[in-house]
Amino acid sequence: MDLWYTDNHTDNVRFSMKVEKQLYSEESFYQKIEILQTKDYGKILVLDGELFTTERDEFVYHEMVVHVPMAVHPDIKTVLVIGGGDGGTVRELTKYDGIETIDLVELDEKLVKASRKYMPELSAKLNDPRVSIYFEEGIRFARMVRDKYDLIIVDCADPYGPAEGLFTKEFYGVCWNSLKEDGILINQHESPFYRQHAKSVQLAHRNIQSAFECSMIYQCHIPSYPSGHWLFGFASKKYHPIDDMDKHEWEKQKIKTKYYNTDLHKGAFYLPTYVKELLGLE
Amino acid sequence: MDNHSLSQESLPIFEALEKQALDRLVHFDVPGHKGGRGNKDLKKYLGETCVKLDVNSMKPLDNLCHPSSVIKDAQILTANLFGADEAFFIANGTTAAVQAMIMSTCKAGDKIIMPRNVHRSAINALVINGAVPVYVNPGIDKRLGIPLGMSFKDVKRAIEENPDAKAVMVNNPTYYGICSDLKSIVELAHEHGMLVLADEAHGTHFYFGEDLPVSAMEAGADMSSVSMHKTGGSLTQSSVLLTRNTINPDYVRQVINLTQTTSASYLLLSSLDIARRNLYKNGKEIYAKAKELATYARGEINQIGGYYAFGRELVNNDDIFDFDPIKLSIHTKDIGLAGIEVYDLLRDEYGIQIEFGDIGNILAIVSGGERRIEIERLIAALSEIKRNFRQSTKGMFDHEYINPQVIMPPQKAFYAKTEAVRLEESENRICSEFVMCYPPGIPILAPGEKVTKDILNYTFYAKEKGCMMLGTEDMSMEYLNVVKED
Repeated sequence: MDLWYTDNHTDNVRFSMKVEKQLYSEESFYQKIEILQTKDYGKILVLDGELFTTERDEFVYHEMVVHVPMAVHPDIKTVLVIGGGDGGTVRELTKYDGIETIDLVELDEKLVKASRKYMPELSAKLNDPRVSIYFEEGIRFARMVRDKYDLIIVDCADPYGPAEGLFTKEFYGVCWNSLKEDGILINQHESPFYRQHAKSVQLAHRNIQSAFECSMIYQCHIPSYPSGHWLFGFASKKYHPIDDMDKHEWEKQKIKTKYYNTDLHKGAFYLPTYVKELLGLE
Repeated sequence: MDNHSLSQESLPIFEALEKQALDRLVHFDVPGHKGGRGNKDLKKYLGETCVKLDVNSMKPLDNLCHPSSVIKDAQILTANLFGADEAFFIANGTTAAVQAMIMSTCKAGDKIIMPRNVHRSAINALVINGAVPVYVNPGIDKRLGIPLGMSFKDVKRAIEENPDAKAVMVNNPTYYGICSDLKSIVELAHEHGMLVLADEAHGTHFYFGEDLPVSAMEAGADMSSVSMHKTGGSLTQSSVLLTRNTINPDYVRQVINLTQTTSASYLLLSSLDIARRNLYKNGKEIYAKAKELATYARGEINQIGGYYAFGRELVNNDDIFDFDPIKLSIHTKDIGLAGIEVYDLLRDEYGIQIEFGDIGNILAIVSGGERRIEIERLIAALSEIKRNFRQSTKGMFDHEYINPQVIMPPQKAFYAKTEAVRLEESENRICSEFVMCYPPGIPILAPGEKVTKDILNYTFYAKEKGCMMLGTEDMSMEYLNVVKED
């Protein structure tokens, strides 16, 4: 029997992978969570029918949201991760000895439970003693703190489900307020390629620009995501993502990566012309 | 009346519509769009279900002017659910229900006791039928600047001084969520042979929620206008008029038919039917959720500082006899922004549309249809507005409401010989039209009231802050119609 999982990249474009078996399926208060074993992408996590992450290419996403800011800000000690219940972002963060506390704020407790049980490759470091997990709305959690974090990473699904609040102007403002005076905010920005997502890229960029002194976009290649071309936002109060990147300092720490390196770091901020036009840059 | 086959689970009007759709009738009647065939764009833009439901009165669908079958049944179910003796479906908005209450209880020259902070629809009714208002000035909260409910002792005095008054009208609650002591007012009015009319435009949920202020029917009021479309879940413009057996329903129907459309929309009527059943099945749960969300939001907003989301702590057993905890009313003046400014910022900067903003307050309607993330967004946006936009409170107006000086009855002033004068030159003249911010739609000036310096200052301030000002013949409100002096 042939069993296929299909992710609708748009209404007219589909991406399918052959499924070996279903490992987990549960309806939480917020969404339907499924974990499937696939042939080429390994285990995949699917939320409300949409692909969230795969064992095979998750390293690209998680390395890019963590190592880019870590190579720019010399002294990151306190980190807030909003979303990221699979644990992948936390895993990358725990590679740094200098980080003292990691607060993970995830809406859906069942997602964390499922990831702990079925995807230990991502979730194992959730047990690191520096990690505290909170199950609540990220926007509320961030609103309650001020001047506390060196880095906030927004690791969430697209803006049409439970994560819609994490793409709003008020959310970015609240993040600004909970960052220290040299803090950095990294957020996932969707793909610029298909029209539907491109609109959210524009909106997220505009909203984030209204709150931060420096707001730039960088890119990476995630094969299983719509179009494969993915964007992140680097917003900060003080640091410039290229000018302030300290190649030697970062390399001295000997962090093991599969995607990220300091040359790629610089290159990631050089965007295709159509993306620059979309974002209204030059 | 065959009550046996009627159940709250049924939808008499909607089921009749569905049934007759299956009959595949050939239509040589109005509406001319004929289910969308005569106007394909209508079907394309509004949807097939919508245009198919838009049909004319016909035998199997009953007639709102003279209900005898399915509309009658739906009205009976509604009356039963709300604890009333009769219910009338209204297709001209709650405005029509309020007017029907006044016009079926008062004739020209009859006195009616009412708080001055009634909705314009009540004073409109006085202009139309010539009843004369005896205003009870509402209490005013000094800090919030808003008009409150009527103090029982003020109502008592008005009743005793006007033993010939026919009725007492009560807001249950006000737009801001404040209730008067309706039960005691009903008792006293009935002792004096007066009827009690309730404007429950903002109180549909009182009939279903738990631990909410008393509803008009439960308090023993004789009539009530219930805006099903506001928090009850029916379509905009649909409403219900409830009466008790102290009122002759056939006369009320006659009065309603003086002004109500003879082509009532079946979209509106069936939405009342569907909303009624939904409230029967889920009302308690819906309003429990709404109350929980509003209470949560109040707590969080009050923690931000600068804002005051007021609640039951205001209750004083007098002019704030009770407070509707589902109303999310927020005082904004202490962050140096007028309510209308916060209202505009929420929409323009944060994509959040709330019900209204006036001089010192905003009101967010919570009906149970919200998701938690939306409440979080509202709270976060308010917190951000405070951080990014707060100003000094110097020079800010501190009250929403000024007790008016009534010189002549509304109808007399409205139909008097008038002249238009520039607003700034109208001081001390008698106004012959309405001046109001909308929403909330409580007149600053009604026909027959004296224009004072205080009222003019308020009006200029509201205009400057960006309130939507309306009511005057001159749509830009530079000129005001005043009664011509001999």
